[in-house]
Order: sequence, then structure tokens, then C-alpha cells
Amino acid sequence: MNNTTEYRFEVFVSNPGFDDFVPAAAYLIASLFFIIGLKRLSSPRTARSGNFIAGVGMALALLGTFLLPKMGHFCAILIAIAIGTIPGWLLARRVKMTAMPQMVSLFNGMGGACAMFISMGEWIKGADEGPALPKLLGIVLGSVSFTGSLVAFGKLQGLISEKPMRWPFQKAINAVLLLAILASAGASVADSQRAMLWIVVLAVLALLLGVLQVLPIGGADMPVVISVLNSCTGLAAAVTGFAMHNMAMIIAGTLVGAAGSLLTLLMCKAMNRSLAKVVFGSFGIAPKGAAAAAQGDQTMREISASECAIMMGYARKVIVIPGYGLAVAQGQHLVHELEQMLEKRGVEVKYAIHPVAGRMPGHMNVLLAEADVPYPKLLDMEEINPEFDQADVALIIGANDVVNPAARTDAGSPIYGMPILNADKAKNVIVIKRGRGAGFAGIENALFYQPKTRMLFGDAKAALQELITEVRGL
Amino acid sequence: MIIGTLAMIYIFILAIFTGVEVISRVPTILHTPLMSGANAIHGIVLIGGAILLGMAGKNDALFTLGFIAVILGTLNVVGGFVVTDRMLEMFKAKTPGKTGKDK
Repeated sequence: MNNTTEYRFEVFVSNPGFDDFVPAAAYLIASLFFIIGLKRLSSPRTARSGNFIAGVGMALALLGTFLLPKMGHFCAILIAIAIGTIPGWLLARRVKMTAMPQMVSLFNGMGGACAMFISMGEWIKGADEGPALPKLLGIVLGSVSFTGSLVAFGKLQGLISEKPMRWPFQKAINAVLLLAILASAGASVADSQRAMLWIVVLAVLALLLGVLQVLPIGGADMPVVISVLNSCTGLAAAVTGFAMHNMAMIIAGTLVGAAGSLLTLLMCKAMNRSLAKVVFGSFGIAPKGAAAAAQGDQTMREISASECAIMMGYARKVIVIPGYGLAVAQGQHLVHELEQMLEKRGVEVKYAIHPVAGRMPGHMNVLLAEADVPYPKLLDMEEINPEFDQADVALIIGANDVVNPAARTDAGSPIYGMPILNADKAKNVIVIKRGRGAGFAGIENALFYQPKTRMLFGDAKAALQELITEVRGL
Repeated sequence: MIIGTLAMIYIFILAIFTGVEVISRVPTILHTPLMSGANAIHGIVLIGGAILLGMAGKNDALFTLGFIAVILGTLNVVGGFVVTDRMLEMFKAKTPGKTGKDK
């Protein structure tokens, strides 16, 4: 027994001997590929090759695993891989670009569930197969990731209400749940007679925690939630690696856990949200009184699609500001069509892309690129902001907080300090918006009440369709 | 075992710093694809599932758990890499040859 354990250090896998050299080498190379892949993924020029390199790393790690001594059931493994590959491939290939974020969440949940089942298996193997802590952690982290990701998926897919759900004693219930998880983890170690029962209790409690923790969070904050759950699954993979003495799992899982945590913080910064507020929820409660007050003495000015069309058709320069609403309505192809028609009339059209426009940072670029909008027309916030002065029309489609001048002027606003697009500097502003209500954050937008602003109420896709018809008729 | 555990903790700590360092300069537009790529990488749990299944022997419980784990892990890996590639394909497609359609 002692001999065995010392060898573990040398070859990094659970079975000693020279046979392990090839798998160990494969794991080492795979780990390097993961690091290089992540590095390349963080620069636009090399990103695609980075993803490919990480994929090759994964294949290597899998091949190495097949060569481990004492492996069997190869047929079953290949069948299971085939069963997983077909739906994974089809889902990933067929999903619409707008639905990408929830797909990421779904696949993340699968990884979490996988870690949960493995940790349970390791637990069944018995106490003599290493310490209990990594197995217990694997079960808890994997379970939370699994159900949390499924709820996030459901919210983005529209299966569950995107609105933040609230119920009494929310935080107290979660705290009790957390204590119960700790208690059942302790019980599973202490009460070895019924260890298996406690493990199932532990998993069920952790699964419940995942649901209850994500339900109260609103749809607009889902990117941050998915990123948190992503690093959570990474960590689950790492602790499972600890339980199995598998270096490739420890390295890859930890890399993702660490990179994912940093990415979460970067995302929060770009969206001007605080991580604590997203996770423990309190956003959008305070400003509601102010919003009601502002609505009382001001009115929005409506406009018809035909008037809009005239305004834009005879403009020299139009800047389009696409937002969340456009992504939800999947109107990116129609925007491109409108842009082409205006260009034909000699109107200069550009897109102003806020860093967090769409459902996730960078999502809008992907969506518009999918609709064949030429790259030079997509301008970053820093590039486009000086140009609003010369624009005749700023067309805002389903964006709200990213054009709210309160971020510049009102120190009391929750979004104060967030960099915004200077749409209010354009000569005219047209806003396509579903309804009169405030945005997700519940913050009133003064831009909508300015004399030069006109509102075109309706679903982004329907409104764009109307605009196209009207511009064609000019 | 003690040495093994210690070595694992070393690796763990070094990997934390590596993970933070390699992505520290990511531009905002790559946040979503990077998250998706990282998501695919933690699909490494697949090999954990394969080991559990491959070494299950005649234990039915382990076999079943391993079998399910391999399916789930494969979904994570395949879906993750394909979705990421599709996102990044979009980024690439917009740089060259945009003269065709939008004239």
C-alpha cells in the first residue's frame, strides 16, 4: 500500500509502473496545450487557433487515458462517447447565434453533472481510496453548477421567467441550506454506516441550492452568473482530479477555475455591476421611487414608422445603436437590410457597439458579423463617440442603460460612472423599444424624454420590418 | 500519499496563477468566446468519467455512474469546442472579402 502511494507522486496517476509513462506524458502535453489554447483565446487574431489547440489537448488527454493500465470496458466508453457526441455536435451546430449564451450554460451544466457523478463513484469506491474532502467538494460544486446552469439556461431560453424571482426569507433559506450541506457532509464522514444515504442527501441539497441561488437573478445578469458557474465547474473538475490523482484534471480544472474567476470580475467591471450584488441580489430595488417621480412630469414623444423612414432616408449620417432588445428579437439580419437600403440612398450608416451590448460582452459583434455586416462599420465606443456630433440620427434599437446620460451626470444613479455611448449628442434620436417601462436595472432614462428624442414602440423585429417597407417606399 | 497530495497542491497553486496570467489582457469583445472556450476545457472531467468507467470492473454501480459521466462529459467537450469555434468563425469572417454582398 505504501509503495503504491509513493509511486503516485512520480507518475501522477493512480496506478504505478512504467506503463504509466505514456499517459503521464500525454497529460503533460495536454496541459501545455490547454495553457497555450487559453492564451491564444484571449487575443482576437489567434483566438480560433487557440480553441483548436485546446481541442487537440483534450483529444490527447483522452488517448492517454485509454492507455492507462488496468483500463477496461473500452467498448462501453466508446459507446458512451458516441452517445454524447451526436447530440452535442447537433445542438452546437444548429443553435442560432442569438442562443449561444444559453448553450454555453447548458454544456457547462453537463460538465457539472459529470463531476458530480464521478465524485459519487469515487465515494462508492470507499474510504481507503483517499481522503473524503475532494470527493465531497466535487459532489457539492458539481451539483450546484449543474442545476444553476440549467436554471440559467431556462431563463435565457424563456422557459423560466427572466425576471428576478423573490420570496420571503430568501437569504435565510439559502444560509440554512448551506449549513445543512455542511452538516450532511460531516455526517457522511462520521456516520460510516449510512454514508451512502448522507451522500445522496448532500447531493440533493446541493442541487437545490443551485436552483435557489440562480432563480432570484434577472436575465440581464445571466452572463455573470454563467461565468461564475463556469469557474465553479472548473473547480469541480480540479477537486475531482484531486480525488482521482489525475494531473490533467487538476491542471485544466484549476486553469478554468482561475481564469473564469478573473473573467467574471472583468465582465462585472465592463457591465458596471458588482459581483456581490449580482449573486446576492439587490439591484433595481432602490431606484424605483425615483423612476416613478421622473415619469410624472415628463412625456415621451411617439413617432410613426413612416416619419422615422423619412428622417433617416434624408439624413446624411445615421448611427445605429444595437442592444439587448435587438438580440432578443433576433433582428440582426433586418438591421443589415435597413442599413443597405439607406446606404443605397447615399446615407452613411455606422454601428456603435457598446462593450456589453447584447446578452454578453462581445455578443453583439458576433451577431452582426453573422448577419454579414461588414467589419469596418462596427465601431467601438471610443471610436464612435466623437462622431455622434455629426450624426443626423441615432437609431437606438432595444438598448437602454448603455445610452443613459445619467451615467455621466447623476452621481446618485446606480450606473453612474459606466462608460456610455453619447447618443444624446446626435441631432435626432429615435428609440425602438418594446414598452414604456424602465430597463432591467429599473433606472429611468432621461434621454427618452428629451425634445429631440422620438419613441417607436414595438418589438425590434416588427419595427425594423416596418421601417424597411417605409424606406423602400420613399 | 502525503507527497502525492503535496505535489497536487503545488500544481493547484501554480495553475491558479497561470490561469489568471494567461487571460489577464483579454479585450471585452472576446469575453463570451473565451468563457465558452474555458467551458470546453473543463470538459476534462470526461477523462475522469472514462477512468471511472474503465476501471469499474464488475461493479455495476460504478459502471452506471461512469457511463453517465462519460456521456455528460462528452456533451461538455464536444458542445463546448464546437460552439466556441462557431463564435470565433464569425469574428474571422468579417475581416476579409466583405466586398461581395453589401455593394
